[in-house]
Amino acid sequence: MAAAAAVRSSMGLTLTLSRVIPGCGTCHLYRLNSCVGGLAGASRTGQLHRFGTLTRHLHSTTGLNHSEEGSSNAEDPEDVVNVVYIDRSGQRIPVKAKVGDNVLYLAHRHGIELEGACEASLACSTCHVYVSSDHFNKLPEPDEREDDMLDMAPMLQENSRLGCQIILTPELEGIELTLPTVTRNFYVDGHVPKPH
Amino acid sequence: MLLMTCKPDRATLKYRFCQWSVCGRAPFSSCSPKVCIVGAGPAGFYTAQHLIKSRQDVEVDIYERLPVPFGLVRFGVAPDHPEVKNVINTFTQTAQHSRCSFYGNVNVGTDVSVKELQQAYHAVVLSYGAEGNRRMGVPGEDLAGVHAAKDFVGWYNGLPDNRKLHPDLSCETAVILGQGNVALDVARILLSPMDMLKKTDITQPALDLLAESRIRRVLIVGRRGPMQIACTIKEVREMVNLPDTRPEMVAADFKGIAEAVKEVPRPRKRLTELLLKTALDVPTEKEQEKRSKASRVWGFRFFRSPVEVLPAPDLSRAAAIRLAVNRLEGSGEGASAVPTGEVEDVPCGLVISSIGYKSLPIDPLLPFDSRKAIVPNTMGRVQKTAGVYCSGWLKTGPTGVIGTTMNNSFDTARALLEDMDSGALDVSSAKPGSQGVTPLLEKRGVKPVEFSDWEKIDNEEIKRGVAMGKPREKLLSVDEMLHVART
Repeated sequence: MAAAAAVRSSMGLTLTLSRVIPGCGTCHLYRLNSCVGGLAGASRTGQLHRFGTLTRHLHSTTGLNHSEEGSSNAEDPEDVVNVVYIDRSGQRIPVKAKVGDNVLYLAHRHGIELEGACEASLACSTCHVYVSSDHFNKLPEPDEREDDMLDMAPMLQENSRLGCQIILTPELEGIELTLPTVTRNFYVDGHVPKPH
Repeated sequence: MLLMTCKPDRATLKYRFCQWSVCGRAPFSSCSPKVCIVGAGPAGFYTAQHLIKSRQDVEVDIYERLPVPFGLVRFGVAPDHPEVKNVINTFTQTAQHSRCSFYGNVNVGTDVSVKELQQAYHAVVLSYGAEGNRRMGVPGEDLAGVHAAKDFVGWYNGLPDNRKLHPDLSCETAVILGQGNVALDVARILLSPMDMLKKTDITQPALDLLAESRIRRVLIVGRRGPMQIACTIKEVREMVNLPDTRPEMVAADFKGIAEAVKEVPRPRKRLTELLLKTALDVPTEKEQEKRSKASRVWGFRFFRSPVEVLPAPDLSRAAAIRLAVNRLEGSGEGASAVPTGEVEDVPCGLVISSIGYKSLPIDPLLPFDSRKAIVPNTMGRVQKTAGVYCSGWLKTGPTGVIGTTMNNSFDTARALLEDMDSGALDVSSAKPGSQGVTPLLEKRGVKPVEFSDWEKIDNEEIKRGVAMGKPREKLLSVDEMLHVART
């Protein structure tokens, strides 16, 4: 429960500071009718981060002194957490994030293909990521409910976690999050080869 | 002219960011690849999502038999699992995309043929899931009191075809055959306290009937052992934690399990350990108190297969189920159940058979594997049928959660996109898309329901739900749905 509450409050903080309007349908604040001001009037479809190419262009980080969307104007360098996503084709995507950012919604803001079907409510495993070994042990222990959902994720590894449960802290500086390559080796009868 | 082709955004009345501005081409040109998807459940929507996102010129039309979209997310997911239904928000985004159109109330196979779709579109994706069910194939299966889990679930979830089910819940014991998540959902709905259920989107007729239910004991029966159980840990935990209930297991069923569990992969290990704990451990004081006060009982029964449903003396309805006793041959996921010759009769008044959904063929011209009940395919490409693909349960069989279907559908979309890129799928000549289909439908007196019409149904259901203290009160018949859609 505490983890889910922390996710919700960090989401709220991130959205309030964000200059890019996310999909309201994905936000707990909107659905709980406690959305902050202007976001409530925005389009429910929030299609920018799902289909548009706009957000991609906004994430370039090399050489910039300040991080782009997702941050306030008065930028505190101690608040910055550098994150690297490794997408399903192996491409490294560096992202300048902030303390308190949620790894799933951060990925969405940067056009990274991490689904979050149940919208961070621990009812699916579609935001499954592998966490770099240096950082894995710095994460708080998973809730029993997170472990239950992870059990259903294909290609589960020792360093698997659900992205929607990872909130960035200063200790996670340099964290690398790898999206599992979904195997195409599904047999016609649904048999999934066991990893060996 | 340009503004006319962009759909106005409902919320802000601004014209949506059109693909024209992105790629500099005229929108909805007749040369854009047109794909039609049959079935508006998770498979259909995830396939559409991936196609639309990957190419800026693909247009996708989703055809759906019912006036309402979302398939099993609406009609299968249990009412007390609302978070699982959050995926509807994602699907709504897809449906509202300018390059996606929803056509509800269109039955592919009777209102329009697959061949006609192939003529109108560059590619057809079959994602219509599994609307049939596997029969037990035993005498007495058609007695009153015996239901397929698919129908029981459809009944409490408001599937129009199941609204007249009216199950008899006046007996003390219900037996569920099968131990997958559907079986656990049925058990949980049968035993949940009313004050939990009444806050969900379960239909009011189901709620009213459950409020009068005299069922106090539910047995969930499987052919094999605890280590072959098909359900997942979340659902077992929900049973263990269900208020006012206590578990009743057979300790002998767990012989040898504590040793065997050490070597298995994590998901199986955690699940088996929970079963062991529930069945064998001395309960904590708090748990013991809960068990002693509980008015309802649930339990797994292992190594049992149905052989006959026995009727009441007046032959009118089910009164017991005869189960064959099995032993296990082999171990692990591949172990098989072998009958020992012994049988056991369990008195019960409700029998729910939860042994699997089953896909049905919708067009005799398409290949169909009736043994596996799937459309034969390689990576989603339907065998011997160029330009036709499949995704979801129709492709791999009726198992897996929404996440499984998502990956499955993305794979099919990738295969389709590969074929477009390589030329294996010819998208160079113009195809009419929906403009080749809607005239046929009109001639046949079929009036499609558009997504904005569904939104009227959605709003009406939410409005009715508010009055009942529920997230929504579902419309229960196609006629009612169409009536609201047309107003």
